[in-house]
Amino acid sequence: MTRAAELDTTGDRTRSGTAAAVSRRTFVKALGAGLLITVTSDIARAAGGRERGGALTTRLHIAEDGAITLMTGKIEMGQGARAEISQAAAEELRVPFERVRLIMGDTELCPDDGVTAGSRTTPSTIPTVRTACATAREVLVDLAAKKLGVDRAGLAVKDGAIAHAATNRTVTYGDLAKAGEVVKAFADNVPGNVALTPVKEWKVMGASAPRPNLRDLATGAHLFPSDITRPGMLRGKVLRPPSYGARLVAIDLTKAQALDGVTVVRDGDFVGCAAPTRFRAEQALELLAESARWEPAPHVSSSELFSHLRERAQGRRGRSDGRREAEVAEALARAHTKLDAEFHVAYVQHAPMETRAAVAEWTDGKLTVWTGSQAPFGVRSEVARAFGLPAERVRIIIPDMGCGYGGKHTGEASIEAARLARAAGRPVALQWTRREEFTWAYFRPAALIDIRAGLDDKGRLAAWDFTNINSGAAAIATPYDIPAARTEYVSCDAPLRQGSYRTLAATANNFARECFMDELAAAASADPLAFRLGCLSNGRIRDVLELAATRFGWGVRAKNKEPGVGVGLACGTEKGSVVAACAEIEVDRAARAIKVRRVTEVFECGAIQNPANLLSQVQSCIVMGLGAALTEEIRFENGRMLTASFADYRVPRFKDVPPLDIVLHNRPDLDSVGGGETPIIAIAPAIANAVFDATGVRVRAMPIRPPA
Amino acid sequence: MDATITFKVNGAEKTVATDPERPLLDVLREDLGLTGTKYGCGQGQCGACTVLIDGAPARTCTLPVRRAAGKSVTTIEGVAAGGALHPVQEAFIAEGGIQCGFCTPAMVLTTIALLAKNPNPTDAEIIAGLDGTICRCCNHVKIVNAVRRAAREMKP
Repeated sequence: MTRAAELDTTGDRTRSGTAAAVSRRTFVKALGAGLLITVTSDIARAAGGRERGGALTTRLHIAEDGAITLMTGKIEMGQGARAEISQAAAEELRVPFERVRLIMGDTELCPDDGVTAGSRTTPSTIPTVRTACATAREVLVDLAAKKLGVDRAGLAVKDGAIAHAATNRTVTYGDLAKAGEVVKAFADNVPGNVALTPVKEWKVMGASAPRPNLRDLATGAHLFPSDITRPGMLRGKVLRPPSYGARLVAIDLTKAQALDGVTVVRDGDFVGCAAPTRFRAEQALELLAESARWEPAPHVSSSELFSHLRERAQGRRGRSDGRREAEVAEALARAHTKLDAEFHVAYVQHAPMETRAAVAEWTDGKLTVWTGSQAPFGVRSEVARAFGLPAERVRIIIPDMGCGYGGKHTGEASIEAARLARAAGRPVALQWTRREEFTWAYFRPAALIDIRAGLDDKGRLAAWDFTNINSGAAAIATPYDIPAARTEYVSCDAPLRQGSYRTLAATANNFARECFMDELAAAASADPLAFRLGCLSNGRIRDVLELAATRFGWGVRAKNKEPGVGVGLACGTEKGSVVAACAEIEVDRAARAIKVRRVTEVFECGAIQNPANLLSQVQSCIVMGLGAALTEEIRFENGRMLTASFADYRVPRFKDVPPLDIVLHNRPDLDSVGGGETPIIAIAPAIANAVFDATGVRVRAMPIRPPA
Repeated sequence: MDATITFKVNGAEKTVATDPERPLLDVLREDLGLTGTKYGCGQGQCGACTVLIDGAPARTCTLPVRRAAGKSVTTIEGVAAGGALHPVQEAFIAEGGIQCGFCTPAMVLTTIALLAKNPNPTDAEIIAGLDGTICRCCNHVKIVNAVRRAAREMKP
């Protein structure tokens, strides 16, 4: 029987195959030697409704040696969930951080905690884990009281040991795990009605705990999804159309099939191959591509993107707000000053360093896939559907993976690898090329945004009408106090495959809104900071905005007029957190270049659970936001991707990073919310507003092009 | 058309019988099981596949394995000597220079080569030295901190 100790590392070590091959039943049997705590979650979920464990789900295991293993369906992609969830468990179980091991993203071993997205780990999964672990602790205390024959009130828990001071006796979690009746006692308990440790008593949470597997990452020992190998494994490739929408008319498989060790698969438009090496598979693919005849389909080019989006806008998306519309129209008609503008936000891509990758293995009609995805259970459904299998015959395992940013919610590579593996009768590994990733993965939707607004005779914001075409409704509501305001998101027949991206459409909506706020401030002859504060009753946004402005020295810098140099600011809120940024930039009009000289950003997401990890996330958001603000733009022509390489699509590099002054504004009095997304939304408009300050030319598009 | 190619990997002599045009990256990952070296772009543009060849950083995704013949290759697996981490690895851990970790092997090896050539780099020299290697997690600030720390720690 597999020992529980071997299971601890399933999340990040699978080469041995011991842990990976274990079935759920074996696992439960293995855990049976210790404590088995079934947990269900009654934590309210604001979004998705899928972040729940289920009534009989195992969440936590305590081995006889006291080793603690926590199972979560969340995945780790560099955002810090492994550290923060471990902290949460350690805090409530009253053990040191190092004592908790996580198994993550394995659909056979872990409860479904929903897709790892939307900044939901902090406000949703962590409370779920804390409730489970706090309940477990209380049950352990009850058992200790029984074992020692004392009142539980006289017991104190510390470092995984329950001590009775009066009689100077101690029982450890490991001791309790050895007792037979414990399994049942824990199986009978569900989390709930237990007090969580208040912020002021946090010992493990609130500290900068490091990601537990850093050493393996630094030595190259960690196996990413693209590093997994299985006995007898082949390497797969899939034939892609030469342009979007092209249909396969004819193909000759014989030359490719004749290559030594190559299996070719054709199933309708799907053509792929598997070979002992990637290089051989690529040679086979080239032969397939040479013989393929395709019928192209018309496809709009990115040069006509925004007129296309306007033509294809598909009207109202649901809720009617006719009354509001009339109110806003009336307020606009009454306005002393009226402004309108159209904003464009280009398609961008996540461009994860680890492209889509999967290893698929069929054993006795059951399919196991190691892959990189933010949605292990979503991919399980997708794969099960593709092969007509019941979900329980598909197991998805997500080793800690290389990047996500919202770009890996889907299971394309898993399905492709599984198709090839089924045909070859052997496990198949498949990793998308960079060109495939840039062409066939999904994109952050482009946005076409229309804003109309009016000021009254005192220069106050009186009317606001905001429409986002195509990109989404995230952070579409204005946080400013406006007597008559309406916002609307209109979906569109889009030319590219679209999907989620770090903070979704909040970047586009906040960009347009915050740029336009500066236009309105100018029309009101007001300072951009004063204009905002004049209509901003949201105290949390005010706090970060005023803090950022003060640190940046806004008052002085905004008045300093150095030729070609400008300052700008922006703020916003999304996913329960608030952010403000100030930027100073320099425009070289001759070279048509923008240099960002410095950025100040203040971010607040309630009580901070891990300051070092939060700082990483805020730094990342700012720098990633700089890319989309200044250089990143997906371009395509006649169905072909023009920006399918890092040479043609510039993501931020070391030289592009300005000095960053970041304040993590801690609010221990507020519930913790996620911090890996919202810090991205203020940087682009702050830069755009700085470009106007430097040049007098308004910026209404991302990426921002310096005026000629 | 397979060729027999011999080269040193992390101090040990390796002989492979393979198509000499295969990228060194594939041979390291598929034949030698050294998966610490990553595929990032296949075009020599992102640096994820960096190893040291005779001490100098090299992109292995576009380098035919025949060109490694007779050379000495260091991959990330060969950096921690006898289980003890290299000071550069220690510095990346201490400074939080690792987010997802996919670019980390390349960053560590690039830093080792940089500091071997220039033990006291200025910030501008660090930035120039790392600029060819992409960290898409955008962890640049902490990576630069890690290189600074490694330079400090490695001073005799």
